[in-house]
Amino acid sequence: MKGFVVKEFLHIFRDHRTMLILFGMPIAQVLLFGFAITNEINHASIAVFDKARDSKSLELQQKLTASGYFDINMQLENTKSIEKAFQSGKVKEIVVIPPQFEKTLELDQPTTIQLINDASDPNTANLISSYTSAILMDFAASINPQANSLPVTTETTMLYNPELKGVFMFVPGTITILLMLVSAMMTSISIAREKEMGTMEVLLISPLKPYQIILGKVLPYVVFSFVNAMVILILAYSIFEMPVNGSLLLLLAESLLFILMALAMGLFISTVSNSQQTAMLLSMFALMLPTILLSGFVFPVENMPLALQWLSHLMPSKWFIIIVKSIMLKGLGIAYLWQETLIILLMAFIFIILSIKKFEVRLKLK
Amino acid sequence: MKPVIEVENLVKKFGNFVANDSLTFSVFPGEIFGFLGANGAGKTTTIKILCGLSAPTSGKVSVAGYDVYRHSELIKKNIGYMSQKFSLYEDLSITENFQFYGGIYGLSRNEIRERTKALLNRLDFLKAQNEVLRNIPQGWKQKLAFSVAVMHQPKVVFLDEPTGGVDPITRRQFWELIYEQANNGTTIFVTTHYMDEAEYCGRVSIMVDGKIEALDSPEKLKNQFAVNSMNDVFVKLARAAK
Amino acid sequence: MRTVIFILQKEFRQIFRDKIMLPIIFIVPVVQLLILSYTATFEIKNTRIVIVDQDHSQASRELVFHFESSSFFKVVARQQNYQQASEWLQNGDADQLIVIEADFEKKIKTNQPAKVLLVTDAINGSAASLMNAYAQQVIQGFNKNLLAERVPFQNRPIQIKVEPLFWYNPKLNYITYMVPGILVLLVTIIGFFLSGMNIVKEKEMGTIEQINVTPIKKWQFITGKLLPFWLIALFDLVFGLGIAKVVFNIPFLGSFPLLMGVAAVYLLVVLAMGLLVSNLSDTMQQSMFISWFFLVIFILMSGLFTPIESMPEWAQWFNKINPIAYFITINRMIMLKGSGFSDFSESFYVLSAYAILILMLAVNRYKKVKA
Repeated sequence: MKGFVVKEFLHIFRDHRTMLILFGMPIAQVLLFGFAITNEINHASIAVFDKARDSKSLELQQKLTASGYFDINMQLENTKSIEKAFQSGKVKEIVVIPPQFEKTLELDQPTTIQLINDASDPNTANLISSYTSAILMDFAASINPQANSLPVTTETTMLYNPELKGVFMFVPGTITILLMLVSAMMTSISIAREKEMGTMEVLLISPLKPYQIILGKVLPYVVFSFVNAMVILILAYSIFEMPVNGSLLLLLAESLLFILMALAMGLFISTVSNSQQTAMLLSMFALMLPTILLSGFVFPVENMPLALQWLSHLMPSKWFIIIVKSIMLKGLGIAYLWQETLIILLMAFIFIILSIKKFEVRLKLK
Repeated sequence: MKPVIEVENLVKKFGNFVANDSLTFSVFPGEIFGFLGANGAGKTTTIKILCGLSAPTSGKVSVAGYDVYRHSELIKKNIGYMSQKFSLYEDLSITENFQFYGGIYGLSRNEIRERTKALLNRLDFLKAQNEVLRNIPQGWKQKLAFSVAVMHQPKVVFLDEPTGGVDPITRRQFWELIYEQANNGTTIFVTTHYMDEAEYCGRVSIMVDGKIEALDSPEKLKNQFAVNSMNDVFVKLARAAK
Repeated sequence: MRTVIFILQKEFRQIFRDKIMLPIIFIVPVVQLLILSYTATFEIKNTRIVIVDQDHSQASRELVFHFESSSFFKVVARQQNYQQASEWLQNGDADQLIVIEADFEKKIKTNQPAKVLLVTDAINGSAASLMNAYAQQVIQGFNKNLLAERVPFQNRPIQIKVEPLFWYNPKLNYITYMVPGILVLLVTIIGFFLSGMNIVKEKEMGTIEQINVTPIKKWQFITGKLLPFWLIALFDLVFGLGIAKVVFNIPFLGSFPLLMGVAAVYLLVVLAMGLLVSNLSDTMQQSMFISWFFLVIFILMSGLFTPIESMPEWAQWFNKINPIAYFITINRMIMLKGSGFSDFSESFYVLSAYAILILMLAVNRYKKVKA
């Protein structure tokens, strides 16, 4: 049996390309998510349609630029150029300053500033419009505190992730996807391949018992996924200072549980697949894609239609992500998480039983 | 008579491993040339070089009058090949496979139709022409692969272990096909590890550990080694090598 | 030329005979469009908030009412103090806490700044920003009301009014934004993934050897392999556009032929990349992994989910060689804003040059003879 396990290890190791991708992919993702993927507004390109061209309008523009949120890249001359500006994709917002701006302010007369937003990207439009408004209100308050000061002000606290780091959201998901990928998908493909090549029959005839064969097939992937998960955690900690506020031990234990569950799923897929291609496609469409979309990894599930929200409850990955986030960022313990843990345990159980049943059917039919 | 295959000091290395160690031989038109040796001796390596699938490390090689370094594409027009691993399209029918390869070799649609019919008739397999290859038994697949390889009437046909895993009767039938083709003037270059098939060849060469240790007709080799069968010839050579 | 036709004949036969192919071409795009459009959203609606009203005054009730009537928020609980409320955040049962301090009304009446504490679960940083922005908007609305009430006393209207207008997507519908992007994703997967896998399949099965032994020319073989998927991808694009129109009522302001023209060039790039990947892979599993690796990176950076403009400098540089970024931008421009060729001609030329370059590279790298 030891020889068998070693053979499996070597087999995977030698496939340099797959190895590279298995380790490189999560690292690349974490880096990307950490540094590039964000909805935040950062030097957004806007235009100003300044009908006043006086010192106050200039001051307003400077205030906008000084915030760091905006870069004024175009000065528009007429209404026709508004459409052109948007169609060229060069600016996201056009601030329209009415004529006689300074004079109107001096005379304490009311005035309206229009913000025309390119709302093809609604979230960005919302944020840009929001930030611009805030800056303008600030500007208004500085000119005329009495008429423009706001009765109610807000104090904001961002819990668990004060710097709003994107990584915090994505690392738990990346780990989940990775574990799912290696433990479920690769295992299912590996077993399906043996079936396809016919070598499975050879193994079944050998003195190795079925459970030993499965164990041997599965063990290398467990080790790989575990190591990989560690690498991601270390990376997240060292580069992005993502903490593990709760118990590391609990985190590792839950990870092992999830790996077990993923393996059970992979096993099940391999029992219903006749070829590698089938196992691959099944894993991809029935496992990976739903996990990526419906587990809360990237997209908040709370905003999806009810039917999809119900569907997401069936995804073990969804529960695992909650567990990881709770332990790492909220510092919670098993007292808060026993329900989610139970669900994953249950699912693992179900899949193991299903796989055993399927396996037995095959053996009996032979 | 000018040889249709000329090999002089062919060397093929994979890193430090020498698969073909300075091979020299010639094959003449119309011959059935057996390229023998144990598994792993280096036969497939050589055949791939002769077919233009792999480049030699050094040495002179010419096939059908063309140099393998500079004109491999021209060589390909004049040769047929049947690989060790079955390589027709399992998801296409017999006719569709013939159509495809015939078209690639530049045969007209009429020619393709006629020759397919003739070849299938010869195999007595015409009724199955629309069957998808996946559903056809192994022995027939191999005969079909051979037919496809000779369909465009090449000068040389390379057969790499064509009768692997097939029962003796089918093997005999296969060799009948080979004889017919040779009688038509096609040169046959066949590798095999079945020593009894060596008797069917005009001349044979025996490769041991990347070197050609014997090259002559079966008769002469048996006399040379004072044995009764090609198998014994081989055993003597193999023992001497290790 | 004849040779290419024979190859195409074989390829199409194989594709349509492959039981998995047909569903992928017809069903998967539909499913993908439908599901992705609803799941791939960063829209934040129904933020679950817990209110802690420590003032219990008319003013505080008024503010709470503003939150209750906002379509962006759902009040899931009211608690007496911060401790109780934060349990909700810890359990993940709420996203945000609104804490109104005691003395709220008093401060408003005496013209002192009254404070509202917003505590947000910021694990999802982007969502937190948006939630905050929405909460601020609600509070601004409350402020405006207060000022309007005050105004009769002071005879001063609000001086600077800010009026936001939203063009091209006035309802701020997130699906309108995502669907064009998802269409691009769709055709990219077909062009990149499937074409690459197709070639590697021949490698893995061994039939590629038989091909290499024939006098077939490289470009003939490659054309035969890529052309079917080019056509299928273009077909799926049209198919997807139809669904987008019928199911989601996505606007299409620009020129249809223009979009197809850009798509045709874009697909060349994508197909060539798939070809390159197949050159690097010996097995289907490898091909799938390598494709997936590049695809995920390109897609994440392409502006499909998060705007390119929000990315750091180096990312913007990277996107110069990211074909998906080009097409997503151009696609959205044409469909949602009716942009014309002159609006993106530079990008188009770069894309074309890219296509030619990669095709040449891929063809060159495909070797019929192993060294």
